Amino acid sequence: MHPTHEKATKVISYLEDVILQTVCRILIPFIQVYGLYVIAHGHHSPGGGFQGGVILGASFILLCVAYDINEAKRRMTEKVDTVFCSLGLIIYSGIGLICLVLGGSYLNYSRLGQVLPVNPVDARSIGILGIEIGVGITVMAVMISIFLDLASRGEHEEGLE
Amino acid sequence: MKLLALFAVCATGVLLIYGTVDMPDWGDPHSPASVHVSPRYIEKAMEETAVGNIVTSVLADYRGYDTLGETVVIFTAAMACILLMRRRRK
Repeated sequence: MHPTHEKATKVISYLEDVILQTVCRILIPFIQVYGLYVIAHGHHSPGGGFQGGVILGASFILLCVAYDINEAKRRMTEKVDTVFCSLGLIIYSGIGLICLVLGGSYLNYSRLGQVLPVNPVDARSIGILGIEIGVGITVMAVMISIFLDLASRGEHEEGLE
Repeated sequence: MKLLALFAVCATGVLLIYGTVDMPDWGDPHSPASVHVSPRYIEKAMEETAVGNIVTSVLADYRGYDTLGETVVIFTAAMACILLMRRRRK
């Protein structure tokens, strides 16, 4: 190939695709709302923390693909992402520990009814919702973290050109 | 040596297939899995947990330890990925 042609393709590869970016900018909020719906509606329909977390993480990966890693890191830095990784697990095991402190066995959510103004049966429902939220946060942050590491060979700077 | 390995693989396969002969049919209502805890989940999940989706109530409540373990596995995967791959220039 001629040098000029090579240069042209290189320039094009760095150009931003207006259609792709516009579509993603419109689509990503809806994907994220759908992910939150899947987490919150896991009580009554297929779904839950794992599935909703994956949808939330996928929306962020779509942002990385349509823009680049630096743009994505402006939205969520790797420090915040790593904190979210742990936060979900802390929520999950924390709810279990609260149940333990309130006199039940570990992860026996009906004991949450002693501190919440609901009966023990509804307390179990609320406990399930709480741990689904924790699972969702962890799965979302783990998806993003692994994707960023794999896509940029661990450097988090270039990659996905 | 290769023939010995082939024989070992075939013998193991035959044993495993022989083991499936005793397994209950698909959806057999009298299989042990269907008569032990499943009826209790189906009958009591709604009144015990107030969650309409039985899968969610089993996953997050009755088998809460299991799901906690799954979440730990995913978390460990992320930590291993960070430890192995992340390179930071200072």
